Amino acid sequence: MKTHNRRLDIVLALGLAAFTIFPWYRIDGGFFGFGWLSGFPVEPAVAPGFLQIAAFGKWWLVLPALAVLAALSVRFIGDAARRGSLLAWAGAAGIVIMALQGLAIGLSGWNWTISEAMLGTLADGQPPMGAGAVLAALVFVFIFAFGLAERGVMKGDAFAVASISLLVFLVAVFVFYPVGSMLVGAFQDFDGSFNPEGFSRNIVDPSIWSLDCVIGGRRCGIAWRTFWLAVMTAGGSTILGLAFALLATRTAFPYKRSLRLLTVLPIITPPFVVGLALTLLFGRSGVITEAMSTLIGVEPGRWLYGLTGIWIAQVLSFTPISFLVLIGVVEGVSPSMEEASQTLRANRWRTFWRISLPLMKPGLANAFLIGFIESMADFGNPLVLGGSHGVLSTEIFFAVVGSQNDPSRAAVLAIILLCFTLTAFLAQRFWLSGKSYATVTGKGDSGAHAALPRTVSIAVHVLVIPWALFTLVVYGMILVGGFVKTWGLDNSLTLAHYAKAFSVELRDGGIAWTGVAWNSFWTTMEIALISAPLTAAVGLLTAYLIVRQKFAGRELFEFALMMSFAIPGTVIGISYIMAFNLPPLEMTGSALILVACFVFRNMPVGVRGGVAAMSQLDRSLDEASLTLRADSFRTIRKVILPLLRPAITAALVYSFVRAITSISAVIFLVSAEYNMATAYIVGLVENGEYGVAIAYSSMLIVVMIAVIAGFQLIVGERRLRRENRIQAVAGVPVPLPQEKTA
Amino acid sequence: MTIVAPGSVVFRNVRKQFGVFTAIPDLSLTIEPGTLVTLLGPSGCGKTTTLRMLAGLEHPTSGRILIGGKDVTMLPANERDVSMVFQSYALFPHMNALDNVAYGLESSGIKRNEARQRAEEGLALVGLPGMGQRLPAELSGGQQQRVAVARALVLEPQVLLLDEPLSNLDARLRRRVRTEIRELQQRLGFTAVYVTHDQDEALAVSDRIIVMKDGNIAQEGAPRELYETPASAFIADFMGEANVVACDVIHVDGHEATVRVEQLTHRVRGRGMRPGPAKLAVRPNAIALEAATGGSFSGEITHTAYLGDHVEYEVKTAAGTLFVVDTAVERALAPQTNVAIAFKERGIAVISG
Repeated sequence: MKTHNRRLDIVLALGLAAFTIFPWYRIDGGFFGFGWLSGFPVEPAVAPGFLQIAAFGKWWLVLPALAVLAALSVRFIGDAARRGSLLAWAGAAGIVIMALQGLAIGLSGWNWTISEAMLGTLADGQPPMGAGAVLAALVFVFIFAFGLAERGVMKGDAFAVASISLLVFLVAVFVFYPVGSMLVGAFQDFDGSFNPEGFSRNIVDPSIWSLDCVIGGRRCGIAWRTFWLAVMTAGGSTILGLAFALLATRTAFPYKRSLRLLTVLPIITPPFVVGLALTLLFGRSGVITEAMSTLIGVEPGRWLYGLTGIWIAQVLSFTPISFLVLIGVVEGVSPSMEEASQTLRANRWRTFWRISLPLMKPGLANAFLIGFIESMADFGNPLVLGGSHGVLSTEIFFAVVGSQNDPSRAAVLAIILLCFTLTAFLAQRFWLSGKSYATVTGKGDSGAHAALPRTVSIAVHVLVIPWALFTLVVYGMILVGGFVKTWGLDNSLTLAHYAKAFSVELRDGGIAWTGVAWNSFWTTMEIALISAPLTAAVGLLTAYLIVRQKFAGRELFEFALMMSFAIPGTVIGISYIMAFNLPPLEMTGSALILVACFVFRNMPVGVRGGVAAMSQLDRSLDEASLTLRADSFRTIRKVILPLLRPAITAALVYSFVRAITSISAVIFLVSAEYNMATAYIVGLVENGEYGVAIAYSSMLIVVMIAVIAGFQLIVGERRLRRENRIQAVAGVPVPLPQEKTA
Repeated sequence: MTIVAPGSVVFRNVRKQFGVFTAIPDLSLTIEPGTLVTLLGPSGCGKTTTLRMLAGLEHPTSGRILIGGKDVTMLPANERDVSMVFQSYALFPHMNALDNVAYGLESSGIKRNEARQRAEEGLALVGLPGMGQRLPAELSGGQQQRVAVARALVLEPQVLLLDEPLSNLDARLRRRVRTEIRELQQRLGFTAVYVTHDQDEALAVSDRIIVMKDGNIAQEGAPRELYETPASAFIADFMGEANVVACDVIHVDGHEATVRVEQLTHRVRGRGMRPGPAKLAVRPNAIALEAATGGSFSGEITHTAYLGDHVEYEVKTAAGTLFVVDTAVERALAPQTNVAIAFKERGIAVISG
């Protein structure tokens, strides 16, 4: 009871502090600027909650204050179960009240006509929530969780209950609230009033849904074109990925190890870079275009700018991902199945077609669906190569930033895109689950994989070798491109692009970062460094809860988290600006919105890696720790974390790198103050400054390689020997999961 | 190490459900302070669930659990005054033996130096002085097991819980370690709850045995009581093998009764017997095979297995097939031999069902 009281007292004290010593509403100059201290507490803009109620007419804040007081008054009830129930109710009421008042009362009064009709007009609205309000909301979450724990929920484990409550709360705020706002946004006008006209106009728009190309007309609608592109990309990358995987595991190909290096490429490549390199090769003034034109007189064309170009770029980008997925699948086919087939008088050809390939089918379907989702969500390549023939993700972007400025259209397009990717995600999740034949036991399956039939082997070589060389050339272009003066016009070598981007001067005894790239570069590093540990922490904590704790709705919890992964970055971006541009939460233009976006977009990867690693740790280890008087927080810190080092490294590296390379959501969220590298590079591309863009991109790739290598060195190996239980985790480095690059 | 505070354990109408599956329907039991009590039963009988509820790793769906007279039903595992030795030992692989043993002490807020000193004492207590710097992976199975015991004991819990602590040891080591655990328990006088599915182990270490079946207590008593007067065919068969045959109780005289099986009459001891048809549990070694004579209870040997120090027979009789163990290896009988069957004085009990 003592510990129960102490943690509750702390939270209640924070609850009181939220109303008394923090400004309730958002400070324009930023909370951490501390400029508000001068006017505190008497100026209305910076006054704490209780003064807002007493002096500035924000009477509705009485309700959350009452919830805190209610929690305070039940603090002294002796009966744990009763106290727990009352606390949980007070906390829940507080959360609901905070949400309702925030949503209902906007800058200038009621947001909803129904509340205005019932309660009369308000003289004054309220600004967005600030430190006090946010703290109060968090306090309610904790009061709710501690109440449940005292009632014996989850064996009375307050840490676990509080973590789950907090995660659900955060995911609700940063994933479901924005997506919900976007759905609502489709039916709203600029001023926020209900107007289904925009929705009904856009949803039947022939430029989205037209099937003209099938019946011989001009062009199909954008939804169909995006769909065909995704199918083509998924098909292409799956076939190539399978060929790579077969070559790497079933043949005597001499450069197998270097082939595996390919799998690192999509992690460290900003998504538009491949498109950029293709432009340098095949664009109107590209190397190959020029060569063709001078050698055999082929007229330089614009064929690259359109679906064909996007398709090539996407297949280049996503084949390594498909390769990574399919290596596991190809190796997962039990050799004893193939050996059994051979002892049953089947030759290699028959064994491959009747046994090996059918056993890989679910894996192939999975790779196809991943490729499909990737292609749908891809934003960088279509932006660089799309020209006027955009796909959904770029159309969304142009619907808000371009001359159209039609948020309703953006929302409708985003909904269509979301429907496609969610359908693929659900198919992957439900249709494919339980269909895998891969053997995962890791024991009892000795024996060698059957060699490929000769024809298949030849086909695989013929597919892979040119494509691998092509990939090398493309990446070579990225490295070389930064040193060439002007592509096509003046191919002399120069350092000018690097100098322009990264020049440094020594002035007045200090270093002046005079290059144009430094500003966005340091912002990117800062944001990535802040969000990487947060992402890893949130992801691993979630993994711990999913693997180690049993609670009602656990599967739903996991499903909702994973589903947020299938939301394309463009959709997240558009929903963030729709949700966080106005009260109750206003974050656009701040660093916070970028961090939040990265944490909640990349968290599922940490979750997946953590789940995989944690499932291999014997559960009795945590139970032993619990019976040895350690609470679950100490258990995580002392037992689980030290044993999870590889997973932690993977999560840290991955989220860091993703924060640097991602573009689709980021491009909506950057501001003059917080510009990210990728958004800046896209800007350069739009201005035609390819040289600087390429130079900057290759610099980013180098930085990321350095960071990955550095992390591997620092985190190092665990000191464990001859322990069978752990060997599985220690021996196999947790691979960087990579399912989406967008 | 000083004497560990003895604690009692009480389960009152405890029920445990996992979803729709009821693991424990309604369990009440009492464990006296300072005794070693074994929960014995086949897998899936609820013995481990019972132990885990006592540890706080599972919480009952309804009912109360008391340790040392205090209601701990809703208390999480880390706030209970019990500690546990796990089947897999669950030694933390990244900590050496000493850190493993000191872990619980440090979790309880004891200063690091004192914790380490007491951990050293704990290791000495289980016969591993000076081995503290080794990682679990560098210890043999038996040594790991002792570290696990030391880790649980240094916390001086009211109740020590042991979940099949010997199942990962080989047969020879098992016998030695179980003797050590029993000695330690009697020397320090703590209460211990011991889960096993091995009846030999249970008979060897326990003050009392609680045999469980389908989440209920099938029978509870001292080892000898369970072996000699099993209450049911299940207990008789589980506590060493037994042939269950139909019989007639023809006469009851206090704690003795005369029973008849086919042509054979026999006097047995037991409680609560009533005249009428009943069942008789007959230990395999309580049957004597003799040369067949006319009119006796007889049968035909269908199978013989020679096992060095004894011979096992299957004998087909009018009362069913009997399993017989005979130590007279020098006169092993061949199959198809007709034999007369006699009961020895001990190893035969009337059971209820």
